[in-house]
Amino acid sequence: MMFFFEVLIGGLMSGIMYALVALGFVLIFKASGVFNFAQAAMVLFAAMFIAGMHGDWGVPYWMAIPITILLMLGLAWIIERVVLRQLVNQEPIIMFMATIGIFFAIIGFAEIIWGSRSRTLDIGIPDQPLFIGDMLFQQYDIVTAIAVAVLVVLLLIFSQRTRMGRVLRAVADDHQAAQSVGIKLNTVWVVVWFVAGIVAVVAGIVWGGALGVQPVMVDVAFKALPVLLLGGLTSIPGAIIAGLIIGSGEALAEVYLGPIIGGGIDNWFAYIIAMAFMVWRPEGLFGEKIIERI
Amino acid sequence: MAEQASAQQAEQALLSLNNIEVVYNHVVLVLKGVSLEVAPGSIVALLGGNGAGKSTTLKAISGLLTGERGEITRGTIHYNGENVTHMSAADRVQRGVLHVMEGRRVFEHLTVEENLQVGSYGRKDGAAAIQKDMEMVFEYFPRLRERRKSVAGYTSGGEQQMLAMGRALMARPRMILLDEPSMGLAPQLVEEIFHIVTTLRREEGVTFLVAEQNTNVALRNADYGYILENGRIVMYGDAARLRENPDVKEFYLGVSSGEGKTSFRNVKHYKRRKRWLS
Repeated sequence: MMFFFEVLIGGLMSGIMYALVALGFVLIFKASGVFNFAQAAMVLFAAMFIAGMHGDWGVPYWMAIPITILLMLGLAWIIERVVLRQLVNQEPIIMFMATIGIFFAIIGFAEIIWGSRSRTLDIGIPDQPLFIGDMLFQQYDIVTAIAVAVLVVLLLIFSQRTRMGRVLRAVADDHQAAQSVGIKLNTVWVVVWFVAGIVAVVAGIVWGGALGVQPVMVDVAFKALPVLLLGGLTSIPGAIIAGLIIGSGEALAEVYLGPIIGGGIDNWFAYIIAMAFMVWRPEGLFGEKIIERI
Repeated sequence: MAEQASAQQAEQALLSLNNIEVVYNHVVLVLKGVSLEVAPGSIVALLGGNGAGKSTTLKAISGLLTGERGEITRGTIHYNGENVTHMSAADRVQRGVLHVMEGRRVFEHLTVEENLQVGSYGRKDGAAAIQKDMEMVFEYFPRLRERRKSVAGYTSGGEQQMLAMGRALMARPRMILLDEPSMGLAPQLVEEIFHIVTTLRREEGVTFLVAEQNTNVALRNADYGYILENGRIVMYGDAARLRENPDVKEFYLGVSSGEGKTSFRNVKHYKRRKRWLS
């Protein structure tokens, strides 16, 4: 039984990381209806710049992280100028294809600068085993969980309590009505992509710290997709809860079903959960209006 | 010469459209040369049936066509002496042109109060002035004050219409383009809305261009009217005169001229007149 809980908690922790990537997707989709495939590339981009600046140039982390956040702002601005603005009013599928283009462009750019070798990223999050009662925890997991909780709370405060957050919610409700009161959508897109960029920085630090920084990190995109579908495309709590369900589900499946039907379950199990779930509830756990929007 | 003359006219009118042509999706011609003028401080009714081009005309004026793949392909729009034909919607809002769209279009997931706050988005005169204007909106629409904490999507149709107008007022408009305010509202509410329109004109000096299918109510409250059909202006004049016009009575007010049924000859007569007018 103890072993079961340890597996479960390990799974929940990787679930939090999936949720972090899915969160970035949700922010952009909710505000603009654009399905941003490039979110995972933004995570890799952030992680490579932080690890690269620290490793190759000796920039301390406390400087490398703010610099990277500024880079994400620049990236959001460039994406709005070069891509989104040109494709305004196009079909959602065309926007989606464009984000696939952005995905490869971002990775390519990061690799030109930092190469494709694997790096470590350790900003000093303690990583000792910790016993609570008889159960084994990793300190790293606990710190990560707290950091993610803080991030979600900050996002909620931003969206509910600030002027810009209110504008973002208005835009998410009705683009044209927002324009009719003088809101410039171009500015809003930069803000939204920047916020998603900040989430990507957090995700990059957490993922990079746990698994090292390397181009295969973008595979997490394919874990975030089922999380996204399960949680509903527009719900922040949905993304978190779905991340936890899928993370723990695949960890348990790997351990308990693995010996029966062979290993490697965690590669596809998330999709099975999401698919089975969507037969029952196509809009996801907390989703809304998915049918009109995709 | 003609250019000069139209520029001069534009100086007197707050808004003037000169031969505006609008195309959707690069192929569908919706407005086929619409010209109209709105004098400062007036209420002008833009009348016509479904698909006549009323909403498109208002969107051309407010700059909201771009979001719908529409484009002004010919003609000019002057507002306050300035050519705004290809200006962004946000810049027009800055200049005081506010569009209250058909179907209210409130931000459904925001509260009534938040909707009003978003309405003041472009202003830079500080929180105190904005708060003062919110009080003003609540004075005009007391029902909104009662429901200020309610989520806008759950308020009634009449309240949403008031909210959409209040949201526009928050931007300190000089001119409001009001699209089909009577849609789906009980007659009494329609009267109330138009009463507020006339009050706002008197008290706040707001100029109104109102697109309406409800010809009767619109002409009773307006100073001037334009009738739009098939993307063209077919008739215009003082509101009082339009109300007495036999063709308007017949086709838009639903009052028959006393002989009972509409005869074919009358229809032909109307069509001939229409051709001449356009």
